[in-house]
Amino acid sequence: MSTSSSSHTVDAHIHHDADHHEQGFWSKYVFSTDHKVIGIQYGVTSLLFLFLGFTLMMIMRWQLAYTGEPFPVIRFVLPIGIIGLLTMFVSGFKPSLGTTVGILFIAMAGLIWYLATGEERMPMGIMAPEYYNALGAMHGTIMIFLGVVPLGVGAFGNYVMPLQIGAPDMAFPKLNMMSYWIYLVGGVIMIISFFVPGGAANSGWTSYPPLSEIATEGQTWWLVGMVFLITSSLLGAINFIVTILQLRVKGLGFMRLPFFVWAQFVTSFLLLLAFPPLEAAGILQLLDRVVGTNFFLPSGLVISGEKLVNAGGGTPILWQHLFWFLAHPEVYVLILPAMGIIAEIIANNTRKPLWGYKYIVYSALFIGFMSFIVWAHHMYITGMGTTISAFFQTTTMIISIPSIVILTSLAVSLYGGSIRFNTAMLFALAFIPMFGIGGLTGLPLGLATSDLHLHDTYYVIGHFHYVVAPGTIFALFAGIYWWFPKLTGRTMNETLGKVHFWGSFVCMNFIFFPMLIQGMVGLSRRMYDGGEQYSHNQSVLYLNEVMSIAAWVMAIFQIFFIVNLFVSMKKGKKTTDNHWEATTLDWTATTAPPLAHGNFTTLPTVYHGPYEYSVPGAKKDFTPQNEK
Amino acid sequence: MQIPHTIEHHPETGLYNAKVGIWLFLASEVMLFGALFTSYILLRIGAPTWPHGWEELNIPLATVNTVVLIASSVTMVMSWASLMMKDFKKYKMYMGITVLCGLIFLVIKAFEYGAKFEHHHFPSTNNFFATYFTLTGLHGLHVIGGIIVNAYFWGPGSKMWKTEPQRFINRIEVAGLYWHFVDLVWIFLFPSLYLL
Repeated sequence: MSTSSSSHTVDAHIHHDADHHEQGFWSKYVFSTDHKVIGIQYGVTSLLFLFLGFTLMMIMRWQLAYTGEPFPVIRFVLPIGIIGLLTMFVSGFKPSLGTTVGILFIAMAGLIWYLATGEERMPMGIMAPEYYNALGAMHGTIMIFLGVVPLGVGAFGNYVMPLQIGAPDMAFPKLNMMSYWIYLVGGVIMIISFFVPGGAANSGWTSYPPLSEIATEGQTWWLVGMVFLITSSLLGAINFIVTILQLRVKGLGFMRLPFFVWAQFVTSFLLLLAFPPLEAAGILQLLDRVVGTNFFLPSGLVISGEKLVNAGGGTPILWQHLFWFLAHPEVYVLILPAMGIIAEIIANNTRKPLWGYKYIVYSALFIGFMSFIVWAHHMYITGMGTTISAFFQTTTMIISIPSIVILTSLAVSLYGGSIRFNTAMLFALAFIPMFGIGGLTGLPLGLATSDLHLHDTYYVIGHFHYVVAPGTIFALFAGIYWWFPKLTGRTMNETLGKVHFWGSFVCMNFIFFPMLIQGMVGLSRRMYDGGEQYSHNQSVLYLNEVMSIAAWVMAIFQIFFIVNLFVSMKKGKKTTDNHWEATTLDWTATTAPPLAHGNFTTLPTVYHGPYEYSVPGAKKDFTPQNEK
Repeated sequence: MQIPHTIEHHPETGLYNAKVGIWLFLASEVMLFGALFTSYILLRIGAPTWPHGWEELNIPLATVNTVVLIASSVTMVMSWASLMMKDFKKYKMYMGITVLCGLIFLVIKAFEYGAKFEHHHFPSTNNFFATYFTLTGLHGLHVIGGIIVNAYFWGPGSKMWKTEPQRFINRIEVAGLYWHFVDLVWIFLFPSLYLL
C-alpha cells in the first residue's frame, strides 16, 4: 500500500491528515480505503462481469437458435474490441478509469475469442454439448455472484449507504478494501477456470452432486473461487451492519432511515447468516473432490456402466439442502437492494412521500426472516415427502405476501403524484410490472403439484429471469442513472438513456416471455439443442430464434448505455449538488462528487423523515432531512 | 477524518464498533459450524452403521486437549483483566500462556492425526473419519488463526498499549471473544465426536 493512502486509514487518526494534494491514478483508484472509491471499484468490476455473463449467454443463444451451424466468432468479438478501443480513445489513452475499462474490454474480446473457438470446445465451430453446460454454469455463477450482488450491495451499498446515514466512511475501512480484493481474486479464479484442462465448471450454477463430483477439474476451481467470494461477502456484510448500527448521525433514528439503507441492512443479515452454510457445503464438496471423502457420494454409484470404487455412504440431497439454504435468501439479496433503489427514485420523482413507508420496512424485515425457511421449495421433485412439501409450500405462500405489500406500496405511491419521467424513473416504473410478472409466475412453482410439471422446464428460467433481469438489473440501471450526478457532478444524456431504456424494455420481454410459453409446453431447460429432438416441443421451437435475436438486439442497445456512461463522465452537463431536489442526506449534505475523505465538512443533524416531499406550507416541494 | 465509536461506546448500542463486528462474525461462524454439525447428524442417522467415537478415537488425549483449551480461555480473560488493572507485565505473562496453550493443543492434535494415519485411517476411509477430520481440521485452522492474532498482540501489536491504551484493551477483548468461541466449538466437538 502506498504511504499517501495508508495515512488515511483508521489507524492513523492521531496523524491529522494534511495531504490534500492531487492523488495519482494508482493511489486514488487502486489502493484506497475510501468507501466511495471501493464502491466505484465494485461497480466497474461487476459491470464488466455482467457484460461477460451476458456475452456467454449470447454465444449459447446461437446454439439454441441455430443448432449445428458454425458460430460466427467475428460478429461477436469485433464489436467488443471496438467498444474497448473507443473507450480508450475517449479517455485519450492516459492512465485513467476509462483507459483501464477499455483495456479490460479488449481483454474480454480476447477471452470471447478463446471461448468461441478451439477444437475441444467448438469442434468445426459447432458447440460441444459439454461445453454448452460449462457456459450455462458460468453464466449463472458470473451473473449472480460476480455481477448483480456486487453491483447492488458492493457498489451501491458502499457508495450510497454511508452518505445517506451521514457517516464519514464505513466502520472498518481496511476491511472494506479487503472485501473488494478478495472478491476480485474470486472473480479471477473463476476466469482462470476457463483455461484449465476440461474447461470451466459444467455442472450448473447449483453444482449438484454426484455430477459435480465426477466433473472435470474446472469444478474444483469453481469451489475455490466460491470460497473467496463467500468470504468477501461475509466481511462486507459485517461492515455494513456495524456501519448502520453505529455510525448514523444525530437525529437519524431507525424510522428515519431511507428505505435503501433498510434494504442494505436486511440484505447484509441475509449474507451474514445464509452464506456460511454454502461455505460449509463448498468445503465438503472440495474435500470430496480433492481428498476423496464421500459426503455427497452414495454407495454403489455406477458411472458410464462402471461401478465407482469408493467408500460411499454420503447423500447428494444433503448438498441440495445446504445449497438452497443459501440460495433462497440469495434471491432476496438480489431483490432487496433493487427495491431500495426503486423506493428512493419513486418517492423523489412523484414528489410525494413513499406510501406506507413503515409497512415497507416491516415487510422487508419479515422477508428477511422468512427467507430462511422456504429453501426446500426448490426441491419438491427430490421426493422429500408430502409433509415436508406441505410445510415449505405454506411458508412459500406466506413469504409472497410481504413482497406484494412492498410492490403495492410502490405502485400506490404513484397515485396523485406529478411524475417526472426521466430515464431513472422510467426504469423504476418498468421494474414494478416486470418484477410483478416474475413474482406471480413464481407462485405455481411454490406449490408442489404444479411444480412437478413446471420444475425442469423453461418456465423456471423465464420466472427467475423476470425477477433478476428486467427486475433487479433494471433497478440497477435506474440506480446508475440516478446517482451518476452525485458521483461525477454531471448528468447522463437523457435521449441516449431513453433509447437504452425502451430498447432494453422491449427486448427483455421478447427474450423472457417466450420462455414461459415454452415451459408450459414442457420444453426441458437443460437441452443443448433447444429441445428439437422431442416431438412435444415442435410447436414452440420457432421461439428459440425469436429469443436469440431479441438477446442480440438488446446487446446493441447496451452500447447506448456504455457510450452514454463514458461520454457523460467527460462531457455531461454540469449540475448542482442536489440535482434531483431530493431530501436524503446523500444529496442535501454533500457536494457532487462528495469530499474524498470524510464526505462531510461538518456532520449534518437530521430533523425529518426520509421522504418529506410537498409538505403543506413549506416553501419548496422538498424538505431536506438536515434542514429544520 | 475519524470514524466515530472506534474506541468510545455508542450511546444506543452501548458497544464500540469492533465489538459489534466480532459478535456478527461469531454469528456467521455459528452458522458455518452449525451447517457442518447438521450435516454430521444427517449423515450419521442416515448411515446403516456408524462406529462409536470411543472405539476409534483417543479419549485421554482429547481430554487433555479440552483441559488445555479451557485453561487458555481462563488465561485469556486474565490477560484482559490485567490490562484493565493497568498491569502490563501480567498481561504479557497471561497472553504468553494463552499462546502456549494453543500451541500445545495443536501439537497434541498433530500426534492424534499421526496415529490415525499410521493405522491407515484417512478422510476417504469412511464418513466417520471424513467427518472427524473435517470438523477437527476446520477447528484446528481456527485455533491457528487465533494463535497468530494473540501472538501479534503479545509481540509487536502490544506497542499500542503505550499510545492508545483503551483501544488496545478493546482489541484484547475482541480477540478474547473469538478465542472463547474457538474453545466453545471444541466443547461441542469433543462429546459429539469422541463420546457418542
